[in-house]
Amino acid sequence: MNPTENKSCCTNAIDASLRVPLLALFGGAAVWLVVGLVLGLIAGIKFHAPEFLAGCPLLTYGHVAPAANDAVLYGFCIPAALGVILWIFARLSQNPLALPLVPVVAAHLWHLGVFIGTAGILLGGSTGHTWLEYPRAAAVILFTAFLLIAVSAAATFGWRREQTLYPSHWFLFAALLWFPWIYSTANLFLNSNQAPRGVVQPIIAWWFANNLVFIWLALVGVGIAFYFLPKIAGRPLASYGQALFGFLALIFFGTWCGIPQGAPVPAWLPTVSSVAAGLTLLPLLAILIVTVKTTCCANVSCKGGSFCFIKFGMMSFLVSGILYVAAACPQYSRILEFTWFGAAQTQLQLLGFAAMILFGAIYYLLPLVMDKPLPLPKFAKLHFWLAIAGVLLFIVPLAIAGVEQGGKLADANVAFADANAVALKFLRISTTGQLLILLGAVLFAVNIFIMTIQWKLGIAKTVIAYIKSPLETSEVKS
Amino acid sequence: MKTGVCVFLAAFVSLGASWCGFVLAPVLQLGGAKQTVILQTTDNWPLQRTGDATLGLQVYRANGCAACHTEQVRQTGMANEVTLTGLGIRKPEDFSAFAKSLFVLPELASYTNAIAASLNGWNGALPKTLFITGDNDLASAMADRLKAAGVKSETRLVATGADIARGWGLRQSVAADYLYDQPVQLGSLRAGPDLANIGVRVPDANLQMNHLYAPKSVAPNSTMPSFKFLFEVRQKINGAASPDALNLPKEFAAADGFEIVPKPEAKQLAAYLLSLKANVPLYEAPFTPAK
Repeated sequence: MNPTENKSCCTNAIDASLRVPLLALFGGAAVWLVVGLVLGLIAGIKFHAPEFLAGCPLLTYGHVAPAANDAVLYGFCIPAALGVILWIFARLSQNPLALPLVPVVAAHLWHLGVFIGTAGILLGGSTGHTWLEYPRAAAVILFTAFLLIAVSAAATFGWRREQTLYPSHWFLFAALLWFPWIYSTANLFLNSNQAPRGVVQPIIAWWFANNLVFIWLALVGVGIAFYFLPKIAGRPLASYGQALFGFLALIFFGTWCGIPQGAPVPAWLPTVSSVAAGLTLLPLLAILIVTVKTTCCANVSCKGGSFCFIKFGMMSFLVSGILYVAAACPQYSRILEFTWFGAAQTQLQLLGFAAMILFGAIYYLLPLVMDKPLPLPKFAKLHFWLAIAGVLLFIVPLAIAGVEQGGKLADANVAFADANAVALKFLRISTTGQLLILLGAVLFAVNIFIMTIQWKLGIAKTVIAYIKSPLETSEVKS
Repeated sequence: MKTGVCVFLAAFVSLGASWCGFVLAPVLQLGGAKQTVILQTTDNWPLQRTGDATLGLQVYRANGCAACHTEQVRQTGMANEVTLTGLGIRKPEDFSAFAKSLFVLPELASYTNAIAASLNGWNGALPKTLFITGDNDLASAMADRLKAAGVKSETRLVATGADIARGWGLRQSVAADYLYDQPVQLGSLRAGPDLANIGVRVPDANLQMNHLYAPKSVAPNSTMPSFKFLFEVRQKINGAASPDALNLPKEFAAADGFEIVPKPEAKQLAAYLLSLKANVPLYEAPFTPAK
């Protein structure tokens, strides 16, 4: 199966219909990515020098660390993914974007929500639940913006000319349903005035975090990869059946993961999660097989292009999934729980998997949408190498730090400070990795901004030319 | 997966199932949780926090303390701790000799070294922990032998595990402990030590505030950032320190004529930390409290 598109008359019209909404989504996303990574770097530095910016209450570690994570996930991953979803839906539907004005409004609304949320966390308004830190006002705005974009995507899907569904449709369509459901549930339960008592709160927060960071990103990342990999490789997506199995098994088993093994909750909850995590290996394997079969014999030169970004993203997905399953295994969980290992897995999921696939997709589709080549293609190549080096330097030491720290924490004869000191050694390398990822993200943002500015200048020129042009004779009154 | 309806149904059913399992079921099972009773007493647990401590939980949340601290003690299991509480007419040396005579018993083989080490250099101070075993029969057999030998002993049920051994709590944390937390902040990373039992470990509010102002003044290796912004530096009035002023070691103290005074937030946070305790036995987390 290949994305069913022929180079018909409409491709240009489809791409042009997405220009304004995508620029709005991607432009803001690039800013939030840089902001999030800068905040992350500040958080990283604080571990080496606790006195760094200690006098500034806004930037205390407990503010910047969640703000950084949320800015990368809510600020970059979600809007960028929504933009790519709109483009893929329009392309697969063989129809221009339906309701094109709605996602433009929604994009600005979304970025406003992220701004309010980030400011809220820095000012001490965090809700205290991981991945749900944004205060209520921001959550309402984000939820509305998401619904608007989902409506536009659903309308594009509904009015499609090409009736057959492509595997990417399943993943992306499910993702559009997923987010409003989990986000509204989590906020209505945890951010309401009458939140449930005691440990019901963390249980719902874990359910939400798993469904957002693990499942939602997986649906979006794999859906996007299953569209671009065959397209760039010029080969059909291998094995519809395995893709279908991967999709169904991922949503049926994956959504039950996420309750930590040592949690102070009724034992059936972590047990179910642990079993589900084991079963989640099946969809991981199926998705791996499809990816490898589709890409292995493709004769595409890499050179840091979209293809490589996405392939690297899929490799990270597999590794991140395996780490996730390992941490849910009761035996390993005793060591790995409460260490940097969890952070390593999450960051791999965000920066190694989701972000890499989104970079690849955006570098591929943005020139098409803007009808113009990337202004600085060398930056994109450099970004690829910086991102890969950054992710490896960031994640690998962090994961090792987690294992070492866990081993020391499990031995009561080792002083706590010593267990911490072991992790600090590795954190130094991780911070270097964060810096490289940040540099790459800046290059990415520069490319997008130059494109935006060129486009705006182009519009301005057209307008000026139109104003200056002599009126047509028929309109001149004698 | 030929039509959009199929995809919708698949997604709806799978997410709906996990929603029922991980949202609805916990709400039904635990949403009506009430105070429970401390084991073998009529005292309620947990207690509603004082006003300051309740506000302090919000300071804890607002400053994201849970980014580095967990509030959750884990345990690996339970064991019997056999403790010598009285020697009767025996002398410590007699008892040591008696204990060594037991070493030939095959069931004691794996504990011989531990007991020998604990008795080595013992000056007769009581109570004296002899050994810890997960084997109930062995513990009761040992208690019988000690009784026959004319000394008093006590067998206590204790929780085991690294967290317990570090003194982070006397038993594992259970769902009931978090009844009055709003929001519940279990934390997911131990970049700093666990705080579930900090109110028992460091019950001194002034020390807590010193630690918040200058972590290194209390723990030299600390990587915790200073929370200076919860304090203010004030000029002393007529050279006299105010009663709230921190009593810091010299290198952390304010300049001459000035003093460091906690803002209300710092006092509330310290009150909250002092309210964190994991030292009472519950039905689902039993142990024998020390007398």
